[in-house]
Amino acid sequence: MDASLNLNPQSRDAANAAFMKPAGAGLSIAIAGSGGSGVMTAGTLLLDAAAQAGLYGMMVRTSGPQIRGGEAAALLRLGAAQIESLDDSFDLLLAIDWQNVHRFADEIPLHAGSVVIGDADGGEPPPVFLASGARSVALPLKKMAKALPGSWINMLALGLAGTLAGLPEEALAQAVRRSWKRTEAALEANLKALHAGIVAAADVPALPKLPAGGPKPGRWLMSGNEAAGYGALRGGVRFVAAYPITPATELLEWMAPALTKVGGTLLQAEDELASVNMIIGASYGGVPSLTATAGPGLALMTEGIGLAVAAEVPIVVVDVMRGGPSTGIPAKSEQSDLSFAVSGLHGDAPRLVLAPGSISDCVSTLQWAVELAEELQSPAIVLSDQFLGQSQAIVEKPPIRPSNTRRLTAEADTPDYKRYRDTPSGISPMAIPGTRGVVYTADGLTHTEAGIPSSQSRDHAVQLDKRERKLMRHDYGSRWADLQGKGSLAVITFGSSTGPVREALQRVAAQGVDVRLIALRLLAPLQPGVFERALAGVERVMVVEQNHQAQLLRYLRGMLDLPARPASFHRPGPLPLRPAEICAAILEWAGANAKTKELA
Amino acid sequence: MNDMVLPPVLTAAQYKSGYKPIWCPGCGDYTVLASITKALATLQRPPHEVAVVSGIGCSSRIPAYTNCYGFHGVHGRSLAAATGLKVARPELTVLVASGDGDGYSIGGNHFMHACRRNVDLTYIVMDNHVYGMTKGQASPTTEPDWDNKLSPGGTGIRSFHPLVIALAAGANFVARAFAGDQHSTAEILAQAVRHPGFSFVEILSPCVTFRPEQRDWKERVRPAAVDATDDAARAARRIMTDDGFNIGVLYAGDREPYPLGGAAARTELAALEEEFAL
Repeated sequence: MDASLNLNPQSRDAANAAFMKPAGAGLSIAIAGSGGSGVMTAGTLLLDAAAQAGLYGMMVRTSGPQIRGGEAAALLRLGAAQIESLDDSFDLLLAIDWQNVHRFADEIPLHAGSVVIGDADGGEPPPVFLASGARSVALPLKKMAKALPGSWINMLALGLAGTLAGLPEEALAQAVRRSWKRTEAALEANLKALHAGIVAAADVPALPKLPAGGPKPGRWLMSGNEAAGYGALRGGVRFVAAYPITPATELLEWMAPALTKVGGTLLQAEDELASVNMIIGASYGGVPSLTATAGPGLALMTEGIGLAVAAEVPIVVVDVMRGGPSTGIPAKSEQSDLSFAVSGLHGDAPRLVLAPGSISDCVSTLQWAVELAEELQSPAIVLSDQFLGQSQAIVEKPPIRPSNTRRLTAEADTPDYKRYRDTPSGISPMAIPGTRGVVYTADGLTHTEAGIPSSQSRDHAVQLDKRERKLMRHDYGSRWADLQGKGSLAVITFGSSTGPVREALQRVAAQGVDVRLIALRLLAPLQPGVFERALAGVERVMVVEQNHQAQLLRYLRGMLDLPARPASFHRPGPLPLRPAEICAAILEWAGANAKTKELA
Repeated sequence: MNDMVLPPVLTAAQYKSGYKPIWCPGCGDYTVLASITKALATLQRPPHEVAVVSGIGCSSRIPAYTNCYGFHGVHGRSLAAATGLKVARPELTVLVASGDGDGYSIGGNHFMHACRRNVDLTYIVMDNHVYGMTKGQASPTTEPDWDNKLSPGGTGIRSFHPLVIALAAGANFVARAFAGDQHSTAEILAQAVRHPGFSFVEILSPCVTFRPEQRDWKERVRPAAVDATDDAARAARRIMTDDGFNIGVLYAGDREPYPLGGAAARTELAALEEEFAL
């Protein structure tokens, strides 16, 4: 077998540094190639095989802008501990071909200990990948696959990558068999290709092996979009109207058949103006309702969300955030809709805004969003993002809570019924069409307690107060944030930044720096009292988020008395936040803090 | 016979809320309201099982003037809200009230898609060829040379033909009515509600404030000389060649309506977890 090893001797120190990653950091593998080469299938099967071998893992899909046939890469991280973030760099880049794969250079950072495998007849790897000092190995991948008639090159890649990760052949073969939908003969040919890849791995420098074992029961494999869909159903959603948009579409595609099974309906609307008004109509009819979209769709929905505020109709709007503004970067993640979600409605319009902190958390946060929307008769915007939505992960089965959804509804023939009665809690019983003797008109016009349009100052003030009060007086319990750690330093973050922040905090803790974490799940309303209690004893805070304008920091500064001179680590997408950069920022900030103390 | 207790007969008055409309004296919408309540009395649907959904504009004020459930939403989106309501709650009778600005301009896209979706709704558009609430601007049905402050000398844009568009887009029932003829309008509305699928009733409803010349409409309208057809091409030809004042049901089709929700669950929620479990 023709194999060459291209090791850059100058990179040895850097290679050593790369392997100083903390235990449990796992192994990161990128499988790349042109469209149709089957890299996504190989990645999916590798993730499945890792699950069969009792490991955790995550897979992020990335591809060029082409609808079909563009370059693609499956970015995996496998390990013995649950994974909620990509690592700083990849240990293995396996390219089935190099067609446009250089476009992923920023997404697939390598280190001096990395191994780059390419096809021996496919030309040299792009220099950008070798600049890291990574070792390059050329294998005759195409020839090997050709020698096994009926086999596919991606199965060879699976055998190669899986073996380098330390996965047993049985787990890999099992993953292939489980997913196989073609003929038995084709299966045999591809199992041979898998085996050839396993054998070829012997000619590649070893990577740190993962502690593979047998399958661990009780784990789930799901994407954030699927998890969000399931959480919404658990919360009681039985009507969905939506317009397709990247990266939210899979959430809807998962819900469509699932809703049919549980007695609900999904309707494809003509645009987002229609979808939000359709769910308001359905919810006005008493059926918990949801739509899912991304930034451009959320922008179109804002008038409807304002109607849901004024008419007090519960709805849930999931924004699977992507790069913005405008069409932005549709298939890449960014947390840049936060400002818009918390303040982007005209008029004084209190609303709920929530954000799941991990793929697994999408189940519980969506369920909670439905429960809150229903109980508080308010729209709830849920900020997921492309990273959470489109990545798949092997996770511990998420904690499943019994559904606690309740909407306060009016009894038939209630004497002197007033839909928008000014109650102490701010919540007033909602008459559901079909209920006798309590008819009313839901209205986006400022109205009296009875729902009659009014432009009187008193009516306006009463209803504004009522709608704010019902959100502010509610007891959100402990679910508003995940709190962790002690100390005088605190990092505040939300959503998909939570994973890399947690990992960075583990690393700085290993160096003796203790930092408190406040990972927000409830972004609006902010509860200043509760928040400030969580900050008791904190002298300095740092806010971490993935957007260009430090939107969370600006929001928090407007709402809370934060400790003086809060620090910020923020940068836009499309690249995911990496633990190392957050770690470096925290160490620099903590060091600055130590110096300040000395001066004092 | 003696043992049978007949349910009390609902009168048109029982479908009225008693709130005083904001409309100008002489507005055609008063008699549209009367025709709607009369049609509901004909159908004997209990008021609490009827929802009247609207957008924004003079005509869209109708929901609160009825004694039915009302939904007064945002401009142009009444059909969307009504679609969600009807699909989620199939047992309700859902009427949608709109005007030529709300329904054909800002809501034009929803109009087209509601016709093709064919949800069992009754869409009532009070057409007066003008924006009344914003005090006299051109709508999609306004004549191109109608002079107004926003478009001095007229818009110069040909007016829109809602009935033909409804036919082309797939509406299952198309009718034209005249606000001044309560009796026939009520009959057409009752027929529209009974007809399965999306029923579109365009009601010529004069705006005496900004289009006083529309007082003449009562002289110009006449019952359509022919019966309704189920042939959309014939209906379209008739509508395109008439002068816009033929009153009656012009098309009644038999397209399958959009499937409504409310089906029973076939699976326990927890069974969905099987696809995630390793």
